[in-house]
Amino acid sequence: MSTTTAPTGLLRWRLPLRRPSLVAAVAGGILAFWIGAALLGPALLPHSPIDFISDDSFAAPTAVAWLGTDYLGRDLLARLISAARSTLLISFLATLGAHLIGDTLGILAALRGGWLAAGLERGAEVMLSLPKLIVGLVVIALVGPSATVLVLVTAGVYAATVFRIARAIALDLVGLDYIRAARLRGESMGWVMFGELLPNMLPLLAADFALRMSFSILFMSNLSFLGLGVQPPMADWGGLVRENLEGLASGSLAAVYPTLAIASVTISLNLLVDRWGSSGGAGEMRT
Amino acid sequence: MSGELVRVERLTIGLRNGGPAIVQDVSFSAAEGEIVALIGESGSGKTTVSLAALGHVRPGLAFRTGSVQVDGVDMTRAGAADLRRMRGRIVAYVAQSAAAAFNPAFRLSAQITEPARLHRSRSRPAARAAAVELYRRLELPEPEKIGERFVHEVSGGQLQRFMLAMAMIEQPRLIVFDEPTSALDPTTQVEVLATIRAAMRGQQAAAIFVSHDLPVVAQLADRIVVMRRGRVVEQGPARAILEAPTQDYTRSLLEALRQRGQDTPPRAATRLAPVLEAKTVSVGFGRGNSAFLAVDRASLTVRPGEIVAVVGESGSGKTTLAHSLVGLHAPLTGSILLDGVPLADRFQRRSRDERRRVQMVFQSADTALNPGHTVGQILGRVLKLYFNMDRPARAARVRELLGLVHLRPEHADSKPGQLSGGEKHRVNLARALAAAPDVLICDEVTSALDTIIAEGVMRLIATLCRERKLGIVLICHDLTAVAGMADEVKVMRHGMVVEEGQPGAVFRKPQHPYTRMLISSVPQLRAGWLDEALAVRQGLGASTSSFLELMEPSE
Amino acid sequence: MSGGMVRLILTRLVGAAVVLLAVSLLVFASGEALPGDVAQLMLGEGASQEAVAQLRQQLQLDRPAPERYLNWLGGMVSGDWGVSYTTRRPISEILPPRLANTALLTVLTVLVAVPVALGLGILMALFAGGRFERGTSVVLLGLSAMPEFMLATLAVLIFAVKLRWLPAISNLNITNGPLEAARALALPVLTLSLAIAAQIARMTRATLVNLAERPFIEMAHLKGASRLRVILVHSLANAVGPLANIVTLNIAFLISGVVVVETIFAVPGLAQLMINSVSTRDMPVIEACAMIFCCVYVLLLAAADLLGTAFNPRLRRSR
Repeated sequence: MSTTTAPTGLLRWRLPLRRPSLVAAVAGGILAFWIGAALLGPALLPHSPIDFISDDSFAAPTAVAWLGTDYLGRDLLARLISAARSTLLISFLATLGAHLIGDTLGILAALRGGWLAAGLERGAEVMLSLPKLIVGLVVIALVGPSATVLVLVTAGVYAATVFRIARAIALDLVGLDYIRAARLRGESMGWVMFGELLPNMLPLLAADFALRMSFSILFMSNLSFLGLGVQPPMADWGGLVRENLEGLASGSLAAVYPTLAIASVTISLNLLVDRWGSSGGAGEMRT
Repeated sequence: MSGELVRVERLTIGLRNGGPAIVQDVSFSAAEGEIVALIGESGSGKTTVSLAALGHVRPGLAFRTGSVQVDGVDMTRAGAADLRRMRGRIVAYVAQSAAAAFNPAFRLSAQITEPARLHRSRSRPAARAAAVELYRRLELPEPEKIGERFVHEVSGGQLQRFMLAMAMIEQPRLIVFDEPTSALDPTTQVEVLATIRAAMRGQQAAAIFVSHDLPVVAQLADRIVVMRRGRVVEQGPARAILEAPTQDYTRSLLEALRQRGQDTPPRAATRLAPVLEAKTVSVGFGRGNSAFLAVDRASLTVRPGEIVAVVGESGSGKTTLAHSLVGLHAPLTGSILLDGVPLADRFQRRSRDERRRVQMVFQSADTALNPGHTVGQILGRVLKLYFNMDRPARAARVRELLGLVHLRPEHADSKPGQLSGGEKHRVNLARALAAAPDVLICDEVTSALDTIIAEGVMRLIATLCRERKLGIVLICHDLTAVAGMADEVKVMRHGMVVEEGQPGAVFRKPQHPYTRMLISSVPQLRAGWLDEALAVRQGLGASTSSFLELMEPSE
Repeated sequence: MSGGMVRLILTRLVGAAVVLLAVSLLVFASGEALPGDVAQLMLGEGASQEAVAQLRQQLQLDRPAPERYLNWLGGMVSGDWGVSYTTRRPISEILPPRLANTALLTVLTVLVAVPVALGLGILMALFAGGRFERGTSVVLLGLSAMPEFMLATLAVLIFAVKLRWLPAISNLNITNGPLEAARALALPVLTLSLAIAAQIARMTRATLVNLAERPFIEMAHLKGASRLRVILVHSLANAVGPLANIVTLNIAFLISGVVVVETIFAVPGLAQLMINSVSTRDMPVIEACAMIFCCVYVLLLAAADLLGTAFNPRLRRSR
């Protein structure tokens, strides 16, 4: 018996099929550049990010300082590259934390059900009812700003969202017969989670990881921009914007470069995820 | 019968960006008042051809060569405006399911009269009056008011008639029916077929009727076009095709239908002790106000080397019964015994050995196999878990198992996504067999398969049963498949076993009225079946001549 | 309104109230977690013991925590929000003007962004797959992936520094008259609008295109409906619920944007107050601001939920 349930579509409209596109290649290239810069950059730079190389703040680009100097007369390019390392590292750690907690709890809730799942769901609901930035502000008000606090707060704030997404994906799969067959065999919870479920969830979770990283970068940059993130002399891109904001009035682009850097990474991540598959929600909103 | 209305000439449709054609060189025609059936299995391209009559291809496809002339217009080359003019007015489409046809946001009457409004053929009140007239003709209850309802307020059978009304309101010259009864229970199917036949009678409209089910089509069609893999295998007047097919493929289709009922000789007298028993099992669903009994005091006895078939329509409780046997659903009352020893309600509380001995073969092979594992890993896992076999022993046993289900050893390295539907079902079977069970519970294992492939799987199950002395519980809604295989059959309805016994007896002399209705609802190739089935439903006919008698060679 | 709808609304509101209660506990507990003695902090290092003790008693800091929580909660409901640690002024005086400014900013943003975004989203759905649509899609994706301070920075650069049309710092004072207020708020509103318009437009397009893949849409085409009619009538009718949900959610997400924008443009609103209080660790103010933001957020989320369900076609009944 044939069940002709091919998805219908828009007549005469062509929706883009998935094929390797120029856009995805460019996005990938940008990301590769920044990752490379973060890993190798500081070693290749002539100046240390904290050296004062000029008396002029907001100096124009010269042969020595390709992007000019910042508000204290330091090499802007050097600071940009070293901030790349900070930004990428803390956002990666935060996203990793959010996923470790969220994925484990989400899959567990989907498999176990019962009061465990209900309790976790309520907890996630309360956490998701709070505006994330406000939560960040309150915690930082209590504990004081630092890079560690930033990572922990970000991980905590996104863990609830990841939990919901992981649980939804897992629930979709848990109803399938091969999971039932595994449980009927008497497989241990560990095997069902990691041997049966996780391999089928990885593509979706990976897509969410990339998306989540872009949200983390924005969230942390916001906090750093407000002065509540990474503290000087260490700086991430958000902090760099904050430092050099005053130069804007006099036409210096010192504050613009780090914002462009942030945008390039987050946009690239979004484009890649968009092109290569959907995450938990089609076109998820940034929060 | 007057002139030709539809002419499909050397139609070829393929993927937009190249590659092999989905439909190749298809030609046929239909005259006014004629019903032409497109018969074929999945992948035959019949739906694609039928949509072409409306000038429509599904996304990703494109017309390549050939033409489809409807009332003088070539639908494959018509512009957007011409297509809009033709669709709904000259040629209409009846979708496979109501979900595919109706917008949940609007009232039904608005959607039924939409073609009239789009083509500005009538004023609004006139359109509404025409719709009500159609509801009356199609025997919908309360024709004046029923159109005001929303889609979710109306039953499935009624929605089929609404679809018909929506197609007929502009009195089109051609109606395309896309598998209109495939998703229905056999008993509902009878009603809908009768409605379609009555609606088409005395009309000048032609019809293209797409189906995979030959007996269904045999009742209605004037001409039959047999398709396979995108090509026309043969075509001609319906009687000619059914009685004297010229092509091998058509013959094999008909054979597969006639095979049923002739498979195995009657059971031997000596019977072994029961291996699995269910004693007055009742299973409940839901809570509080919405609680109901899905299974009501059903009993079952399975002996080694025998097949017990549990037959019923959707909602009969047969799948729930199967789940309770395996421990997926705890019964409210009653007990389940293995070799006379009671089993725990839930599978979690049964011992590993108890679980091993009763294996379930799931209905949908697509979801029963982990897409990320290879066949070898899937089978090997079972061996490792139950028998603690080491790698070389597992590999050897996997090869044996594949051989048992007629798969090649190379299949061990494939993933489910690379296998066909029938092959996936065999892997499903192999996995159940890997546990060396005593009882196999097969849950509708052939529902989603094409006729010929389903035949093969059923025969395999029967062979395995006899050769390995397995007890088999076969959950099925297809009476014909069961008739030749089972040693005992139980008919279930609304959770209760309404009739049971040996298939020969049950099918030849059904006692319960529901059984009679179920048997009469099985579509048969011979003409006049539909009228008989309707008569049985109205209680006018005596017990229907069983298909079993007609299929067996005369003595 | 049918009984079922009323019950749904009430259930949701009760749920929201419960969440807010939990939130208030969290907020209060976080206030308790502040290290150091509050009275000591307020009076400074050199204060005498008696002065500190007296202040502690005045502020009722020596009562047990549950009692203080209930007092605080009761105060919130009745209008007594406590006193700021830094300025010693009652918070019920400080808050209202700030709240008004933030509210004005938000309302203007919504009025500007939502209609534009919905219209753009519908246009994109109509032309999905074409070059115009794909280009716009990429641009919008870029906009929604940008941090708000980037949009703000660029806006300041273009409009304030280069073109000198608008002020970089928003000295918003409602008493100066609507025109001045408009000038003061123009850049902040522009920045915020860009951010949420991009998201709303993308989600609208995705929803409509998604709906276009439902089987009954194909049927509408096969009945002879034009492409325009299919989108505007058949798809939109089913899209009202999801779109209402999306718009409301985005309004809720404005909160983070508001925080950043008020800081950059120095808009004297609630968020700026909160940021300043964080630097000085003025806990009562922080708690009050946090409660207001959370309250609004929770209510908006509940509204989004309700709107999404209320317009579900399956709830309609023929009469």
